[in-house]
Amino acid sequence: MAEAILQVSGLVKHYPLTQGILFKKQVGAVKAVDGVDFELARGETLGIVGESGCGKSTVAKMLVNLEKPTAGEIRYKGDDIGKLSGKALRSVRRNIQMVFQDPYTSLNPRMTVGDIIGEPYEIHPEVAPKGDRRQKVQELLDVVGLNPEYINRYPHQFSGGQRQRIGIARGLALRPEIIVADEPVSALDVSVQAQVINLMDRLQSEFELSYIFIAHDLSIVRHISDRVGVMYLGRIVETGKDAEIYDHATHPYTQALLSAVPVPDPEARERRERIILAGDVPSPTNIPSGCRFRTRCWKAQERCALEVPLLAVPAEFRDVSGPAAHDSACHFAEETVVVPAEETDADGNGNGNGPG
Amino acid sequence: MLLEVRDLQVEFRTRDGVAKAVNGVSYGVDAGETLAVLGESGSGKSVTAQAVMGILDIPPGRITGGEILFQGRDLLKLKEDERRKVRGAEMAMIFQDALSSLNPVLSVGDQLGEMFVVHRGMSKKDARAKAVDLMERVRIPAARERVKDYPHQFSGGMRQRIMIAMALALEPALIIADEPTTALDVTVQAQVMDLLAELQREYNMGLILITHDLGVVADVADKIAVMYAGRIVESAPVHDIYKVPAHPYTKGLLESIPRLDQKGQELYAIKGLPPNLMNIPPGCAFNPRCPLAQDVCRTDEPPLHEVDENRRSACHFWRECMNG
Repeated sequence: MAEAILQVSGLVKHYPLTQGILFKKQVGAVKAVDGVDFELARGETLGIVGESGCGKSTVAKMLVNLEKPTAGEIRYKGDDIGKLSGKALRSVRRNIQMVFQDPYTSLNPRMTVGDIIGEPYEIHPEVAPKGDRRQKVQELLDVVGLNPEYINRYPHQFSGGQRQRIGIARGLALRPEIIVADEPVSALDVSVQAQVINLMDRLQSEFELSYIFIAHDLSIVRHISDRVGVMYLGRIVETGKDAEIYDHATHPYTQALLSAVPVPDPEARERRERIILAGDVPSPTNIPSGCRFRTRCWKAQERCALEVPLLAVPAEFRDVSGPAAHDSACHFAEETVVVPAEETDADGNGNGNGPG
Repeated sequence: MLLEVRDLQVEFRTRDGVAKAVNGVSYGVDAGETLAVLGESGSGKSVTAQAVMGILDIPPGRITGGEILFQGRDLLKLKEDERRKVRGAEMAMIFQDALSSLNPVLSVGDQLGEMFVVHRGMSKKDARAKAVDLMERVRIPAARERVKDYPHQFSGGMRQRIMIAMALALEPALIIADEPTTALDVTVQAQVMDLLAELQREYNMGLILITHDLGVVADVADKIAVMYAGRIVESAPVHDIYKVPAHPYTKGLLESIPRLDQKGQELYAIKGLPPNLMNIPPGCAFNPRCPLAQDVCRTDEPPLHEVDENRRSACHFWRECMNG
């Protein structure tokens, strides 16, 4: 892997639950993020997938320093951003920018597009001197595929897809190295999603950006990501290169998630084996002991309630090389092909782990 | 045919002008059959469904033409009190957002039971028993205890099950589900779609599934109608449409979605934006975004060409589209 520009280790965010008005006492905590580690290399895209409430957006907020972690550290080029302040923190923030999910509420309706995209320069005046800003904003509009003459328009004059382009232009204004995109296309129509994804792809190579791409849509994450982390109840349960996760998943949650995604191909209806999970995600105030997925897992045994599975290459795969040997937090990890490739190929169980 | 919509036209009068939301839509569903109506926001897919159910906001909405034949009767000719008897009892609707469709100050048991009190004249006690029954049928655990709970005490998936239970209560012949799983997570979405499909088989109901998700359609539909700017641009059995689309819009949609089982390079993107309904382009509404557009597309509105017995395409160049 290339040089890591972002290293996250042991990241935890607990929101306290309190009772009483005058003498607040803590009665519990919402464990939104409960120990997350990952690295991001320069120019790479790390996709984070998970269902609502798994903590993926809280991770995003901590990365851009909108939330303070309860524990753990986020290192940008070696510096723990939680320990920085003043000028040093400002320069880190300049380099980690965010694109938000909802292009309707993340743009101030009373500001013109020029003011929205140019606002980062008010905070970081060193990037563009006052006289240059208008021109810089027009360049940015051009880069994201909007007419530079629209600089004096207001957000309501644009469609959803165009607004998301404005959000991306704002994210790019300070020439950051990392962009954290939290569900950037989920509010858009299907035919417009592709335009925005292609734009993000193009900008990545043009500006050598690294992306953290957070989404619940597994197909989109696969399309854009080099590596993928699957989150469940505040933890990453499986992580690896995109093909390792999508074609050789070993964690039961990932397998269930993949099998639940509808594939736009009616012929696949019969071919696919679907795993339908029982029940709902447990509350993050009351996380199950041992493996947090065990309450919905069809493989769960006694051991799962007692021992917390670590995120590492499972013992079964430690001695084999191949796509199944990637980090998976499961005591009973085994490979199954859940998403059959276009033509059925026989390499599904080629790693000596018996039938899945 | 259980339900047949013929040449339906709906418009909305607004301060800024007339928005033509539905411009001559025809489709049909049989008992036990699933029709998926696919389209982006503003394509008129929900408005058509609301007109069928008779829950369109009038005004500003106005049905300006067409027929809605349900079990042989034209619903548009019925008086409102006759229409009310059809709604809920013979056709029912499931909405996207269960939390805002359920009444937050009534327990789910009261809301489910209300159906039986109003339509069947049951006593409150019997209605409560029926409510428990229904909740069990949609597999809500501990239904007897939970019947007294309020909507906010349920998870999103459970709420959507309650919506399904409510729609099924009077065993209607037709169910219209408007984006029933869009607000749900994928694993829960799979549970809910499964349940819906199973109940449909059990009761031999017709189902109209309104969605923008091509994946969900491929999973459950028998046939599809693709809508664009208030018209059906293509209708076909589900297997045909995914194999060879006969309209450039359908084709563009299929090519623009990333797939789980393939890692592609650049995605195909349909250029431009869906049209403003107050100002639909002349000729074919899709022409400004269409790679096949010729002069004729800018002047003549394409009729629904017969591609084969079960298949229609509203494109002058459907042959070219199918050939590559």
